[in-house]
Amino acid sequence: MSVEIEVEGQGLATEEMTLNMGPQHPSTHGVLRFIVKADGEVMRTAIPDIGYLHRSIEKIAEKVGWHGFMPYTDRVDYVAAMTANQGWGMASEKLAGIEVPKRGEYCRTIAGELGRICSHLLAIGATGMDIGAITPFTHALREREMINDLIEELCGARLTYNYMRIGGVAWDLPPGYQEKVLEYLDHLEPTIHEINDLLSYNKIYVERLANVAVVSPAMAKNFNLVGPNLRASGVKYDLRKDQPYSVYDEFEFDVPIGEGEMGQVGDCWDRYMMRIKEVFESIKILRQALRQIPDGPVIAKVPRNLKPPAGDVHVRVEGARGDMSWYVASDGTEFPYRVHIRTGSWTAMSIIQELSRGLMIADLVAVIATFDIVAPEVDR
Amino acid sequence: MQEYLTTLLGGAEGLALEVGYLLGMLAFGAIVVFGFILPVAGITSWLERRVWARMQSRIGPNRVGPFGFLQWLADGLKNLLKEDVIPTAVDPRLFRIAPYVVVVGFVAAFVAVPFGANLIIADLNIGILYVTAATSLVVVGILIAGWSSNNKWSMLGGIRSATQIVSYEIPAGLGIFPVVLLSGTLSMQGIIEAQGWQPWNWHMFHSPFALAAFLLFFVSALAEGNRTPFDLPEAESELVAGFATEYSGMRMLLFFLAEWGNLYLIGALMATLYMGGWQVPPFTENAVLLGVAQFLSIFLKSCFWVFVAMWIRATLPRVRVDQLMTLCWKYLVPIGLVCVLGTAVTMVVAPEGILGLRFAMFGLVVLVIANFFRRVVFHLRRAKGMGWTIAG
Repeated sequence: MSVEIEVEGQGLATEEMTLNMGPQHPSTHGVLRFIVKADGEVMRTAIPDIGYLHRSIEKIAEKVGWHGFMPYTDRVDYVAAMTANQGWGMASEKLAGIEVPKRGEYCRTIAGELGRICSHLLAIGATGMDIGAITPFTHALREREMINDLIEELCGARLTYNYMRIGGVAWDLPPGYQEKVLEYLDHLEPTIHEINDLLSYNKIYVERLANVAVVSPAMAKNFNLVGPNLRASGVKYDLRKDQPYSVYDEFEFDVPIGEGEMGQVGDCWDRYMMRIKEVFESIKILRQALRQIPDGPVIAKVPRNLKPPAGDVHVRVEGARGDMSWYVASDGTEFPYRVHIRTGSWTAMSIIQELSRGLMIADLVAVIATFDIVAPEVDR
Repeated sequence: MQEYLTTLLGGAEGLALEVGYLLGMLAFGAIVVFGFILPVAGITSWLERRVWARMQSRIGPNRVGPFGFLQWLADGLKNLLKEDVIPTAVDPRLFRIAPYVVVVGFVAAFVAVPFGANLIIADLNIGILYVTAATSLVVVGILIAGWSSNNKWSMLGGIRSATQIVSYEIPAGLGIFPVVLLSGTLSMQGIIEAQGWQPWNWHMFHSPFALAAFLLFFVSALAEGNRTPFDLPEAESELVAGFATEYSGMRMLLFFLAEWGNLYLIGALMATLYMGGWQVPPFTENAVLLGVAQFLSIFLKSCFWVFVAMWIRATLPRVRVDQLMTLCWKYLVPIGLVCVLGTAVTMVVAPEGILGLRFAMFGLVVLVIANFFRRVVFHLRRAKGMGWTIAG
């Protein structure tokens, strides 16, 4: 279908062009595909086409058993694997009625927040990269490498952590770990300010992101945005605060929301800035957790052959990309009956078609980047 | 013309003389192209990667030769040996010819670029006009590449490049006008001779309008050379690789050769037009020594601007297409017109220029640069103080 529009009565007809963005495209952050209908540089619509990274993770859960599924949860969202670990652990524990020791919960929180900073640093750098600034990306990744080092010390892996277990965590913190992380956090804070100086308040960068793809609070709720994307639209909703799980109710931290500093509330710049604000909140939580961590065991006694009683649970954790919901049903055997994961990137994908109308092709890149879409999390 | 033809056809002697001239010019041109332009373009690629790496806390190429200096030769050799893929759906003739058009455009511009008082291939009386005209050929090549690739991303890249270069020719031209007014000539050597070796005698410090025109010209030249923040034609996060998407091997390298070579061209133009070109203090009578000093003078000035362009590329994000056009037509063009008028008025009011004003502006620029370096040193110190490693 071609649409003809007349430009200023000159009789100059233009034709719609169908562009195929992805699945192999440098800015789609993995294997995403958009069918872009554009009139020159202006998009009429961008239709997301998903499923290129579908790995049947939910089905695999039904075949590998309760303990065996833990490494697979890393692959749900490999940029922030800790929270997926935690989601699966919490769902299984709730089904089987297992109590996690206090120190175990603290270890989970520390690991989860380190993972969140890790993921947000990548998002911050990648947004800059997609807008065309190369240096902030390498600077953000340099900091991320240091967190990777810390997490490697914790669990031996740098990307797919597999740190948590049903009933707690696999290993206690190594000796001297608290001091090391605290020292690192002192280093991280000025570095984030440096990224702000270099990138966030750069005139060109603000021009590119402010007032682009504005998501109103109502629209954000209608499209079921979660996590930072929702909060950037000015909706103060964070599971860690509003439905505290683990030990999050023991910490002092704020829930930052988008304020429309550079344009309207809920524009691309607000969504970008959301990640930076959340890194500071994570630093706050980490400082408290590292100082308050009690002694004791890190993992509860869990039977090797776990058979939770029949029933189903719904557990939600606040991942780096927002509310990660786990619906797990058990029929009393050693294999889950059904697992369903609902992720933040999935809901963010659905709003892009609505937002893309009238944007430039270059803006689509900014939209994908600021929604922080990680392709494997969309398809699972 | 008729006389020329008669000499050419009239006798063996005349013909031999003409052929001799022609061969001489070709030989000199070849020396300049292969001995200077191509190595400069290649070394710029190595330098750019090293400079970026340093700014991005990476190492950069360091394997081939000392500090990886021979990396550009290795890359060139590799790309020459690579298969030259020509996709079936492209327009093969145009597809093949496009990189050559780009390279010819940028190499031809060097005909009128001075390297010293006596080192210039041809001191045309319309030198600067010729350079702008020759570099315009680049856009034709890019447009051909975008169109013939039969790929929508290439097409978008080509069209972006055409709009960008055609638009920015105007502020670039307006940035050149004040110099032409000040020198009263279009010849490159004439423009340089109209300036002195002392910084305050450069055209750049003639009046505030000239200084503004100087910055205006730099911005426009960056846009014309497809450099960040105006690298939209090959924006890799938006258009894959823009007009070069379907190209591979040496043909692709030729596009980038032109881009890196263009960097030096921009620098040389900046130096020639506004920064006194090859002017050096008359410290010796020795012609050879003076020639070397003159060459170094213009070469280092050009290299400084090459470095600044790299710095900008490592720092700034990319503007959007509509913002690019807004910047050009709503800001740069009016500023350019004001600069031209202002320079003309200043010339009428004070034909010899105001020495005090020149000194004041020179001092101001020195202060700005000094403050800038102070900030850089401060940040470097802070970065060192922050050094944090897992080892402790």
